[in-house]
Amino acid sequence: MLKDQDRIFTNLYGMFDRSLKGAQSRGQWDGTGDIIKRGRDQIIQEVKDSGLRGRGGAGFPTGLKWSFMPKESDGRPHYLVVNADESEPGTCKDREILRHDPHILIEGCLIAGFAMGANTAWIYLRGEFIREREALQAAIDECYEAGLLGQNAAKSGWDFDVKLYHGAGAYICGEETGLLESLEGKKGMPRLKPPFPAAVGLYGCPTTVNNVETIAQVPAILRRGAPWFAGIGRPNNAGTKLYALSGHVNAPCVVEEEMSIPLRELIDKHAGGVRGGWKNIKAVIPGGASVPLLPAHLCDECLMDFDWLKDHQSGLGTAAVTVMDQSTDVVKAIWRISKFFKHESCGQCTPCREGCGWMMRLMERLIEGDADPHELDMLWDVSKQVEGHTICALGDAAAWPIQGLLRHFRGEIEDRITAKRTRRLTATAAE
Amino acid sequence: MFRRLSDEQPESFEFTPANLEWARREIAKFPEGRQVSAVIPLLWRGQEQEGWVTRPMIETIAKMLDMAPIRVLEVATFYFMFHLQPVGRTAHIQVCGTTPCMLCGSEALIEVLKKKIAPKPHQVSEDGQFSWEEVECLAACSNAPMVQIGKDYYEDLTPEKLEEIIDTFAEGKVPVPGSQTGRFSSEPVSGLTSLKGDKAQETNASVTLALEKHDTTARITGETFERVEMVPLGARSVKKAEPAPKVRAAAAGEGKKPKLLKKPRQGKADDLKKIKGLGPKLEEKLNELGVYHYDQILSWTDEQIDWVDDQIGAQGRVMRDGWVEQAKALVQGGER
Repeated sequence: MLKDQDRIFTNLYGMFDRSLKGAQSRGQWDGTGDIIKRGRDQIIQEVKDSGLRGRGGAGFPTGLKWSFMPKESDGRPHYLVVNADESEPGTCKDREILRHDPHILIEGCLIAGFAMGANTAWIYLRGEFIREREALQAAIDECYEAGLLGQNAAKSGWDFDVKLYHGAGAYICGEETGLLESLEGKKGMPRLKPPFPAAVGLYGCPTTVNNVETIAQVPAILRRGAPWFAGIGRPNNAGTKLYALSGHVNAPCVVEEEMSIPLRELIDKHAGGVRGGWKNIKAVIPGGASVPLLPAHLCDECLMDFDWLKDHQSGLGTAAVTVMDQSTDVVKAIWRISKFFKHESCGQCTPCREGCGWMMRLMERLIEGDADPHELDMLWDVSKQVEGHTICALGDAAAWPIQGLLRHFRGEIEDRITAKRTRRLTATAAE
Repeated sequence: MFRRLSDEQPESFEFTPANLEWARREIAKFPEGRQVSAVIPLLWRGQEQEGWVTRPMIETIAKMLDMAPIRVLEVATFYFMFHLQPVGRTAHIQVCGTTPCMLCGSEALIEVLKKKIAPKPHQVSEDGQFSWEEVECLAACSNAPMVQIGKDYYEDLTPEKLEEIIDTFAEGKVPVPGSQTGRFSSEPVSGLTSLKGDKAQETNASVTLALEKHDTTARITGETFERVEMVPLGARSVKKAEPAPKVRAAAAGEGKKPKLLKKPRQGKADDLKKIKGLGPKLEEKLNELGVYHYDQILSWTDEQIDWVDDQIGAQGRVMRDGWVEQAKALVQGGER
């Protein structure tokens, strides 16, 4: 279990002083100017060495991503854009940072912004996060007053502004280029890549988009050193992680733990165990709605990190654990996810726009077993035609949960189909 | 997802002077030549002023930002938080229905909304006070199930709690948002497993802001707005078991008497006992009074309800059990 002194998010629940003074008393904004004076290359190297991987779902190495930014400006400004459009079903971790530990994020913005040569950071919050926006804006105002932002921010010699922007209820704006489109005042339709944002991003300028949690972990890494961070979790899966536990657990919660913690330990220690006991587990979605679920037998040995979950045909995603107990209609649970993706597809690419609706409608019939057995193969086939054939990963995200369901619960769906057909036959015979 | 503007549109739209000033500041946040970026914040402020996004609003904002109106329309229809039709006067309730909330009982919440507000989403309730819709994940999954009302999240709900929330709004008060089971924020309900220590704050950041600002459902029309009273659930002036008896002058004067009949039409009275809360005794009294048919009951005004109630000594049952609504349902052919 993660020791308290290793925690990065020391006011996650907001129970302690949330002001700048409170944040400083917990060690934030300590020697930020000196960290920046180490220089860009050293900061990026330190982040690379720490093994930090993006916390927004894809898990791309953060230091590497930063190094894609041009070394020298060609006259265009550079931008850091922080993705706070937290909308992945099951995920509610960034909200806690935004409203309860905002200074850790703002400090991270300054350091990361400097490392990529950006003088401006845009934080894009989802539209529904109204109080979170107010809390964050208040913290930003405090920083300007204290000289931690603005000209010569935190006496680092670097000028830096942090500005807030918000969406208005579109999941697709959590995709980095969809987010940039939205920030430019358009529909949030993702862009074809390349060019990648590091070359042509916001307003056509070099841009890096990072998740809130990723940026917020940077100051601690630079203060305590890469080896400290890399020493937590298994190799290639370094550091601490915010886990969001929801569904059929006795005490749903958000908690910071080490990477690679066994799923069972995570649930038993922090979420009060599965409702009705560990044996009552039916399935777990380990990383937000877009990753394939894990059936009970895999949950016993599951380690919560990128590699273990990838090896078992799932993913860490945002580490949002949704637990389903034996009472769950697992087909209906996945159908609701299909409905989500159908609702949120931006409509740009045909396979996703049409495929999501098609898959959702078949999934809806499967709840009652109202289908032909061969339609299950067709569903698999369609999901494979959506996956990998769209501009952004929403198509993949819509396909994976269904593939996970078919992989692990095909027997249960077939039983429903058989039961339905038997009833129908009996009914016909009785007429 | 296909969304279009409402058929009914107001004549014009204008930002209030305070909002116009705000809009100018917002536009100035963006680099030179990039003022188009302000389209979402401006539409949002327009919605906060009017309650929903109207066609004249779209046209006004297009002019302000030097955009083609179709570009603004695209944005307004693409983002789901823009209401394209009028919403309830008091509150528009957004209930999360996505899987984590569904597993924790959001379907029961939706039933409450259908029953108490309107059968369909985006439909305004008969009294014009409320409307609702099912939305996708609102990122409070560890506090499921939940709803968003105005600027605030109401978390850890049960159907009963949601009913009480609606009733509180209907009384012109705002229930204190956040967890409704006494949790501080998203910590485990069974006790802290990390970050133990003396609590230095009364409430979490969201609730604190709501209590400071009192603007959960306030329309933003100027620098000031009417602050409403905020009350925690369970502490309302009226106890839940006894719905507020309507206090009115009880004088049995003219206009308070509903239309009465001397005898049933075609000699056959309706079976009034089908109305819940109306037994044989009360039926007899109603008949004596001259009430024989459902269609007589369904048109009663509040005053007439009080008058009838007094006459037959139903002790508020006519209002409480919703005889009028029940009679309406019976006439519409719905055998209960």
